Amino acid sequence: MKRFLKPFQQTTGLARWIMLIGIVIVFLFIIVAIFADFIAPYGFNQVEVDGVRFVKQAPPGPGHILGVNDQFYDIFSRVIYGARTALEVVLLSIILSLVIGVVLGLLCGYVGGWVDRCLVFLMDAMYAFPSLLLAIVFSFLLSGLMKGSGIISAALSLTVVYIPRYFRVVRNTTLSAREATYVEAARAIGAPNRTIMGRYLFTNVIQSVPVIGTLNAADAISTLAALGFLGLGIQPIDASEWGYDLSRALDDAASGIWWTGMFPGLAIVLLVTGLTLIGEGLNETMNPTLRKRRFAAIVLPERKPKAKVAVAAEVVTNDIAESAYEEIVDDGEVKP
Amino acid sequence: MSETVTVPEAPTAGKADVILDVDHLQVHFKLRGAGLSRILGREGGIVKAVDDVTIALKRGEVFGLVGESGSGKTTLGRAVLGLVPITGGLIRHQSLDGGAPVDIASLKGKKLRKHRQKLQMVFQDPHAALNPAMTIETQVGHPLVIHGRAKGAELKAKVKSALEHVGLAPAEQFMSKYPSDLSGGQKQRAVIARAIILEPEVLVADEPVSMLDMSVRAKILQLMLDLKQYLQLTYIYITHDLATAKFFCDRVAIMYLGKIVEVGPTAEIFAEPRHPYTQALLKAIPDVDPSKMVPRDLPRGEIPDAARPPRGCSFHPRCPLARAECGWEPRDLKAMVDEHWTRVSVEQFEKEQALVGNLKELNTDKLKVKLEPAHGGSVDELWTMFENIRTENPEEPLWRGVTRMEKVKDGVVIEFAKPAEIALHPVGNADVSCVLY
Amino acid sequence: MSSPINPAFETDVNAADQDLPVVNAEDIRIWYGTPKGPVRAVDGVSFSIRRGEILGLVGESGSGKSTIGRGLLGLLPPGSVIDGELSFKGQDLLALSPKERFKYRGRNLAMIFQEPLTRLNPLMRVSEHFAETLRTHFPKISDEEIETRSLNVLKVIGIPPSRWLAYPHEFSGGMRQRIMIALALVLQPAFVVADEPTTALDVLVEAQIIKILHDLRENFDTALLLITHNLGIIAEACDRVAVMYAGKIVEIGDAVEVFSNPQHPYTQELLRSTITLRTDGLHSIPGAPPDLIDPPSGCHFYPRCPKPMEYCPLAEPDMLNVHGGASRPGSTDAACWHLQLNDVPADKRGPLERDEIAAFEEA
Repeated sequence: MKRFLKPFQQTTGLARWIMLIGIVIVFLFIIVAIFADFIAPYGFNQVEVDGVRFVKQAPPGPGHILGVNDQFYDIFSRVIYGARTALEVVLLSIILSLVIGVVLGLLCGYVGGWVDRCLVFLMDAMYAFPSLLLAIVFSFLLSGLMKGSGIISAALSLTVVYIPRYFRVVRNTTLSAREATYVEAARAIGAPNRTIMGRYLFTNVIQSVPVIGTLNAADAISTLAALGFLGLGIQPIDASEWGYDLSRALDDAASGIWWTGMFPGLAIVLLVTGLTLIGEGLNETMNPTLRKRRFAAIVLPERKPKAKVAVAAEVVTNDIAESAYEEIVDDGEVKP
Repeated sequence: MSETVTVPEAPTAGKADVILDVDHLQVHFKLRGAGLSRILGREGGIVKAVDDVTIALKRGEVFGLVGESGSGKTTLGRAVLGLVPITGGLIRHQSLDGGAPVDIASLKGKKLRKHRQKLQMVFQDPHAALNPAMTIETQVGHPLVIHGRAKGAELKAKVKSALEHVGLAPAEQFMSKYPSDLSGGQKQRAVIARAIILEPEVLVADEPVSMLDMSVRAKILQLMLDLKQYLQLTYIYITHDLATAKFFCDRVAIMYLGKIVEVGPTAEIFAEPRHPYTQALLKAIPDVDPSKMVPRDLPRGEIPDAARPPRGCSFHPRCPLARAECGWEPRDLKAMVDEHWTRVSVEQFEKEQALVGNLKELNTDKLKVKLEPAHGGSVDELWTMFENIRTENPEEPLWRGVTRMEKVKDGVVIEFAKPAEIALHPVGNADVSCVLY
Repeated sequence: MSSPINPAFETDVNAADQDLPVVNAEDIRIWYGTPKGPVRAVDGVSFSIRRGEILGLVGESGSGKSTIGRGLLGLLPPGSVIDGELSFKGQDLLALSPKERFKYRGRNLAMIFQEPLTRLNPLMRVSEHFAETLRTHFPKISDEEIETRSLNVLKVIGIPPSRWLAYPHEFSGGMRQRIMIALALVLQPAFVVADEPTTALDVLVEAQIIKILHDLRENFDTALLLITHNLGIIAEACDRVAVMYAGKIVEIGDAVEVFSNPQHPYTQELLRSTITLRTDGLHSIPGAPPDLIDPPSGCHFYPRCPKPMEYCPLAEPDMLNVHGGASRPGSTDAACWHLQLNDVPADKRGPLERDEIAAFEEA
């Protein structure tokens, strides 16, 4: 555990602040998502209260602090529930793509051969495809297959997009780690291949995965919103989705109704920013090529009085030697 | 090769004290061509990393494999553990448990992994040999876990005892540490602990001290001697350092380009080195003896490309004592002309190079070549050039291998002597592979 | 060099310079800043090298020997501080600006590194490497001049001129190191630092390279600082030797004298623990080199010394000329209280009582 906290402890200065701000933002969204039921005054698909319909496109004010949109939904509640949808989809897709990508990458990198060649070809082809286009294609396919489960199919189409990213990184690091002496040492003690992959390679090749994970999460939020914006993602009656709301607000903006688009858009920007900040902060500390090694400035202390002086005094030995030594330690302290 | 456990008795041995019988072992690697030839699927050459090596390892001895990088000593050591694919020959292991001898070369998969409990290895770079993400306790104990030989408190006790045996005491100080927290000597001790925890019979030590500081080397060697006594081990000690080999080994084999050129009792080899390569190695070791000066008469050049080893004796292009029958060939002539050019003025080099061209006709396996003057030069000029090279250094061993150098109508014909068959044969108490004996 | 030297390359030498040391280092300190505190990599080191002389600098890893080499050439990493007096032919090197230093480097000072392959550009031919080096310092040099100069150096180093247009990967390890040496020498520097130049090489090739370095003074009249952990190389190739321990030179002197009659206990122990063809018993130095952030007080070697006195941890001994040598008296300087017993208070000369060195403190 300590090993995994280490990178955060190593962060200093700007990197640490970047990461801290990111963590605060993302943490807020997580709280909102978990307690959405208590925070939101209305349901995400609620259009009336006590039999009275909300006023269409009502401006922010008492009762609806962020206003009402053109589908009679309370915008504040939509934004709150939207956080839940976004985090559910992203979490699911990141976990799935991470597991599949890492396992396949490890296997391909270690075993090699024709399996490796085929998968690398497939993954590269997918990687070369624009990610949004790929997500659109898959959400088309999946929404046909799995009717009604909007969140799952959205998560799955994002999963497909992100698998190649983990695969490539893990496969390449495995490829070089496979030649390491400790892997040969593991073979020499009689370790079977699955032990070598699980105990010797896995821990050493996944180090860059958290960084990709957080950066991908930010990317996933915007891709999900883009899908919703195009009307391909989650339908409004299944769950609240910022991208969809944004697309509905497109016409309102021309007629001066700014609140219907402003708040879902702001939510997207804020969450993407938060996740990117964490990712960049992590990258800064865990990627040795980006990390600037920090040196403590030192000032050389005055030269120690020559030992001869101590000898000349003949009797005074211990004290002088000790104090001269201490003086150096004090002066040589690291100046910030 | 079949996957039988029993193999026919060795015809030569039958001695009870032979623990490992390496019999005409071959480890050949196929080279993949580079660039275009790889895309076109053309095969590159074959590297004979270990070429027809026969060794009988006696129980309880320290057997040294000495050679420079590329000599195949490390590959041979790895082959003993079945860590590299073996392309020919046998490795018979007569285990202490008294069963029938096992041929490691034909073992595969699970059987091979199980058998490795009896053969273990210590690596050159202790830092690289330890998994950076595992604690010392976990990695030293891992062999026992893999083979299902201990768990829980018993495992911990065994790890503790192994660490204490290698001098990492008190063991509690080290068990929860990661390799990066240890010094070089301590890491090598941990590597040794991991190797001995399975109580192996043979330990292959691949340059175990060459990455360590002088003052630590002696400690690790002493530890290995103590462990050998205590655990009744047999060592294969792989090194390029003749000084530690002389001190540490009972017998040594000197390897050059995949072959053993000289093998015998350490005392015999060091007192009376017979192969010119062994003699050169001994002369080249930097010695702290202040009266010794920089050696002047060293073999030239470096270990040749293993994918295209020299004809005959692999050492002949560098050998100061080479004779006519050592395997001289046109390539050697090219190297000699190159060497000649380091001694002449830049102007003369440019003139001569224009005369001979790029010498690619020397890139052949034939024993007879015809060189033609390039760029309108005359045959006479070419002939004079080679005559001059010959008179410049008539002691050059290459000329011993040239049976005919003749001026013909359109060039100069050079013919080389037929190479003699060479193989290890007994000389004194040692076996030497050289035409001189 | 026997071949005619272009005046542009001649380093101005007048008769008066002949006896002056090429490099003179006086009380050099090089400390690195780390989060845990300053590391005293080099802490008060003095030596000088004359024309055509080879000084060997020997020590275990972490003794500060490589740091000295880099410090002399101004190649220290960021975060390090150097002070003391460092002069090259009378010019104070530490007073130079980085730009002036760069000019000095190459033309006057050069370095040969351990890993030749990482220092050569794989996409550049040998000829291009030489052209780049020469043009950096002599922008007006002609192409023929470059070729003549370079080929003459390459010949001495043993690279046939027919390889002039080859790429680095077409050479073996030893050949690459030869090219690196030739690249350092083509500017005719008066002083060369070679940092573990043979570590990655085989025994026979190592001996070839050592021979080349040893012959440098005959061919190029160069002063050489040869940094290595291999005592054998020092003994064979060097005129003088400096033994470093924990950031300090503990003994410096004529190589023959130091090896046949070592004065400092560390030198004695190091020689004893070195395994040679004459070794018939193993010997090692207990413990490990100290942490240079917080080195021991007094003499840095006392915790591992076989004969420490009560006075050793209390004060640090100075370098002192030793008159004990039989063959060449007075040719060695060493820093050990045993060699200057007169300066040790009489009541502090008894053996020091020390804790046993535990195994977990070993290197």
